[in-house]
Formats: sequence, structure tokens, C-alpha cells
Amino acid sequence: MACFLVPAAEAVVTTIAAKAMKSKEAAPETVKVQFDGTHLIEAEKIPFSRKLGWLNKLLWGGSALLAFEHVWHGEVVPWFPFLTAASNPADAAEMLQEMSTVGVTMAALVTAVWAGMLAVSSAIEKRAQKELPAES
Amino acid sequence: MTLLTTVFAAVICTVIWYRGAPESEMKVGVLCWMYWGASLMWLVDAIFEYAELNAEYFTPAPTDMLNDFYLGLSVVALGLVIWLVILLVKDPKGVVKAALFRKKN
Repeated sequence: MACFLVPAAEAVVTTIAAKAMKSKEAAPETVKVQFDGTHLIEAEKIPFSRKLGWLNKLLWGGSALLAFEHVWHGEVVPWFPFLTAASNPADAAEMLQEMSTVGVTMAALVTAVWAGMLAVSSAIEKRAQKELPAES
Repeated sequence: MTLLTTVFAAVICTVIWYRGAPESEMKVGVLCWMYWGASLMWLVDAIFEYAELNAEYFTPAPTDMLNDFYLGLSVVALGLVIWLVILLVKDPKGVVKAALFRKKN
């Protein structure tokens, strides 16, 4: 009915947070990495604001396509109150119920997948540091 | 069917992105994020629907399946249009700029 509004609301919050973080972030950490397994190359670690950008893109992209699905099913209309379920109290209650169950789970799953991506990327960063040859 | 269509689109885009990485001249990453985001959200939708319908969820009526597939293709098309607009606006290869300005000899 309007479940996509929950991840869309999260996307607004995380986009603002990423912008605020980006403006306050210090210069990225420089490290030496072997990309080809032989040559050491200086590289910059990507900042957290950019990783937060991954979550923004997942949330905005998913919400946009889900919004289209709701238009397809006639649940979102281009006139006030924009959500057909909001026109009567019984449907509105059902819509809020769906937002609090399906919508919240959608936002939670996307965030959990992003957290998993953070854990994997952190492990890859650590592994790249371990693979460096010992400095003589 | 919509979930399945979007997952296939997400997988194909991710493979294309990986083949072209680390350069992202065609901004295929935009499509990956969009389709994976939508796939995760539709997965939740599918789980809730399965909880309601149980095994019946896996035996949809042919007309429902066709309609869902039609919706899935439309979603993929919309994603491609959004990606194309982002690509032309950001213009990482400078193609649009080159079309708008002529170099003076």
C-alpha cells in the first residue's frame, strides 16, 4: 500500500547524514596495496561517508522502483491524498499496519545487507594490509 | 515474478559492472544499486506473502504470473531510463559536452 515510504524516509535521513559526514571528514587514510600481487601502489581508503552512500543508493533505488509498482497497482495516484488507502480510515489503518510490518522489515533488511557489506569490505581491507611484504 | 525479473537484472548488471571495474565510465553501478535495492524490498514482500499463502504462493495463476512479469519488465525498463538520464547528465565521457560545443581550430 505504501510500504516503500519507510525505506524512502530512511534514505532521506541517511542522505543528510552522509552529506554532513562528508563535510566534516578528515583527509582519507593513505595505504600501500598490491593490486596485481607484485607492485606496491599507494592508495586511499574510501571514507565512511562513501560507504554510507552505498546504503543511500540501495534505499533510493529500491524505493523508486517500488513506488512505480504502487503506481502500477493504483495505490499511488497523482492527486491528493496521493495514496488511495489514505482516503478512508479503515484503509488508512491497514496501510499504517503494512508500513509498520513490511515497510520496517524492508528498511531493516536493506540496512542489514549494507552492514554485511561493511563487514566484508573491512575484512578485504584488512586482508590487503596483511598481504603486504615485510618491510626490510 | 517481479522479484525474479529484478534479481536477474541485478545479477546481469553486477557482472557487467565487475567486467568494467574499476573504471565506471558507463555508470553501471547505478543500475546495480537500484536493482539490488528493489530486489531486497520485493524479497521482503515475497516472504510476507508466503507467510500468508504458504505453498499456494508458488502456484500462481498464469494471468497473475504474466502480469507480474510485465510489471517486472516495466520496472527494469524504468531503471534503465533512470540510469540513462543519470549517465547523460553526469556525462563521464564528455560526449554530451562534445556535442554541444565545437572545438575552435
